[in-house]
Amino acid sequence: MPNFFTENKDIQYHFNKLDLKDILEVSEDNYEQSKEYNYAPEDYEDAMENFKKVLEVVGDISGNFINERAAGVDEEGAHFDNGVVTYAKGTQENLDRLAKADLMGMILPRKYGGLNFPFTVYMMAVEIVSRADASLMNLFGLQDIADTIYKFGTVEQHQEYLPKFVTGEYSGAMVLTEPDAGSDLQACKLSAYQDKDGQWRLKGVKRFITNGNGDVLLVLARSESGTKDGRGLSMFVCYGDDTVKIRRIEHKLGIHGSPTCEMQFNDTKAELVGKRRFGLIKYVLELMFRARMGVSAQALGICQAAYEEAYKYASEREQFGKPILQIPAVTNMLLDMRVLLESSRTLFYSTSRLVDWKEQLEEKIDRLKEKGEPFSKEANELKRATRVANLLTPISKYILAEASNKITYDALQIHGGTGYMQEFNIERLARDARITNIYEGTSQLQIVAATGGIINDILKEYFAEKAHKEYKGTLSRLNELLKEIREIYEECLKYVLDKKDVSFQEVSAKDLVEMYTYLYTGYLLLEEAELEPRKVFIANRYIINAISNARKNAASIKNELFNDLMHVDEIL
Amino acid sequence: MYKIIVMVKQVPDTSNISGKVMKEDGTVNRAMLPAVFNHEDKEALELALQVKDKYGAEVSVITMGPPRAVEMLKECLYMGADDAYLVSDRKFAGSDTLATSYVISEAIKHIGEFDFVFAGRQAIDGDTAQVGPQTADKLNLPQITYAEDVLDLKEKTATIKRRIDGGYEILEAKLPLLITVVKGAKEPRPFSAKRVMAFKNSKSLLDIEKMGNENALLPYTNLLEEYKSRNLFINTLTMEDLQLDISRLGIKGSPTKVHKVESVVLAGGQAKQVDANREGLSTLIDELLHDHILG
Repeated sequence: MPNFFTENKDIQYHFNKLDLKDILEVSEDNYEQSKEYNYAPEDYEDAMENFKKVLEVVGDISGNFINERAAGVDEEGAHFDNGVVTYAKGTQENLDRLAKADLMGMILPRKYGGLNFPFTVYMMAVEIVSRADASLMNLFGLQDIADTIYKFGTVEQHQEYLPKFVTGEYSGAMVLTEPDAGSDLQACKLSAYQDKDGQWRLKGVKRFITNGNGDVLLVLARSESGTKDGRGLSMFVCYGDDTVKIRRIEHKLGIHGSPTCEMQFNDTKAELVGKRRFGLIKYVLELMFRARMGVSAQALGICQAAYEEAYKYASEREQFGKPILQIPAVTNMLLDMRVLLESSRTLFYSTSRLVDWKEQLEEKIDRLKEKGEPFSKEANELKRATRVANLLTPISKYILAEASNKITYDALQIHGGTGYMQEFNIERLARDARITNIYEGTSQLQIVAATGGIINDILKEYFAEKAHKEYKGTLSRLNELLKEIREIYEECLKYVLDKKDVSFQEVSAKDLVEMYTYLYTGYLLLEEAELEPRKVFIANRYIINAISNARKNAASIKNELFNDLMHVDEIL
Repeated sequence: MYKIIVMVKQVPDTSNISGKVMKEDGTVNRAMLPAVFNHEDKEALELALQVKDKYGAEVSVITMGPPRAVEMLKECLYMGADDAYLVSDRKFAGSDTLATSYVISEAIKHIGEFDFVFAGRQAIDGDTAQVGPQTADKLNLPQITYAEDVLDLKEKTATIKRRIDGGYEILEAKLPLLITVVKGAKEPRPFSAKRVMAFKNSKSLLDIEKMGNENALLPYTNLLEEYKSRNLFINTLTMEDLQLDISRLGIKGSPTKVHKVESVVLAGGQAKQVDANREGLSTLIDELLHDHILG
């Protein structure tokens, strides 16, 4: 009876050290709702107890139900027959079970049947579910769609769609990508026009749409004909009715349980969400931010699953008269995997808490505005939180997605020939991991998204403050190493800026982003190590690795490794 | 609306038995094992909740056990039971199936009118499958054991699908009726997150008494009122509530004596397969006759 929450010591560690007081103060509105709803918390401790109990339910369903079906879901995959998409049997059973457990509206408000949980706790649930079946995240994680309708839609739209999302009757899709608009969403062509009665209608084609067969579709469409850029796009909501034709579903390398659709909209009736022209530049950007966090949580779940498979196999498999776990080369790989897993989790939950706080600040400011009270203090704080969240979200997505590829790669390696066969779970995990650094923005695009914040060194003061702190013993030595990384980073940044060459800046960005990540994650781990002796090992290996990587990053930049980009024609 | 009472039991978790757990005499040291919800009882509760979803019913669960059995009763509430009864008293300790069914049947009478009693076929600790049938007898109810499903429900009768060797049979019985539910009948539903949050602090009378004893500032009667008013009170029935005959309880009221427990290892003998046709069958019968197994 494995429970993926209670039996995962590291996620327990992160849950137990969560401090959500400021977040809950806003989201629970002084705990007033407990008078109206018997499941609303009475105070902070009660709320935390609620989260714990509910994550136990998620952990139980994931460990004992979803996990058992994962291999079957992968083998069967989603079906497409005569224009109709159906889920694999296991996928449908999983969704039914999650809905029965009231887990399909975790972040929606109670008045629409939701649990009103903070984003961070929802992310923990997404990690846990993804560990059991990564492809299920693509459906379970669609709760953000309902949340987007809640944030930007009208009260009528809330009432129309949200209650049925919560019960699991409706599933959704985020309909953005087109054949010629992938990473570059500004190029979207699908047209939105108003007919003679003023009714909005959608016409055109979308591709690579996760769960395009969903009941409620959030569609990015060109409402301003003749425009070419992002400012001509608006967001619409519509039902996936008969006018929406699913043309095909893709045959993919991994995440087989999640149907990926090509869709054609034939004058489909739709409603505008929010304001015209704000579709991409505001709503989709926000939605994608959250979706990136969702994919990071999915990647983290895969990391955990792959690590567990590798550890189990290495403990059981005997060669040369002993378990291969005792062979130093293998032991070392497992230690690397474990450190990458735990450091990634640390980075992720720190980011997710910040995103949570940022959103609560927005909510708080809205309420202060409504009451006509001053909010300049909150507005300043929001500005800072937004800048940092906008930096850490793409960094997390980049690091976590790459970590899941690295960990599944090494876990398969530890399995040897067996890992290459389909009988063992690691083969599926390696395939599932491969999408995480592609969709919701490739790793390369995450680096682009993080570049601004890094070039402007927005965490400069934070790092300085951390570096000045007194640390004891090993930790003090590790702080010295982090200080050295900081120096290397500053030199590199200066080098890049002095060049005044945009292409050079673009190509060096990856190294700069990585160095920045070592600093941010390194200090978080140092903080953990101060309170938890076991974490000293994690911080130690992470930071020692980081210094050698940072030196390599610096060498690439300063030794003009990238000069050959000028000679592409001759080389390629 | 129908009224269903479901009999449930907390049992030692025998899924992970190690050497330390077994006593020398071959019995289990219960203190060493975590307590869990007996699975067939959980399936009985699931069936009751499905009847509730389909026909409308009020579902109460009842257990006889120590105070910690409250944890399992809370799980019943998380699944969807409307209310729960803990039947608990030190004097009940050591009861065998005869004594247990006496207490449970008296407790059910105490609760009042009902249409159905559901129970799991048997508990994994004793494997006797006796408490359900004995309770039916004491309550003077018709009973159907090995039930898999309730196929139809009318005002005065129920149609029950019952598992038998190699298949099933369908029976109609008069209400009120007791059924025992067999493993594999219904997959228990998950806990509802909302109900978990709503009922996580539920307490029995015994818990509340303990809280009152530990803290003089929390008078027992106030606590009781508070838990009742917040719908967090688990009904508790003790010896006093039930007016029981003490000679029929506990060790004194339990004629069952464990004579000896043996660890039997079944050694597999040789197997022989015969063709599934007339010829194969007559070969088999001939051999069985020859070995004096038949005839």
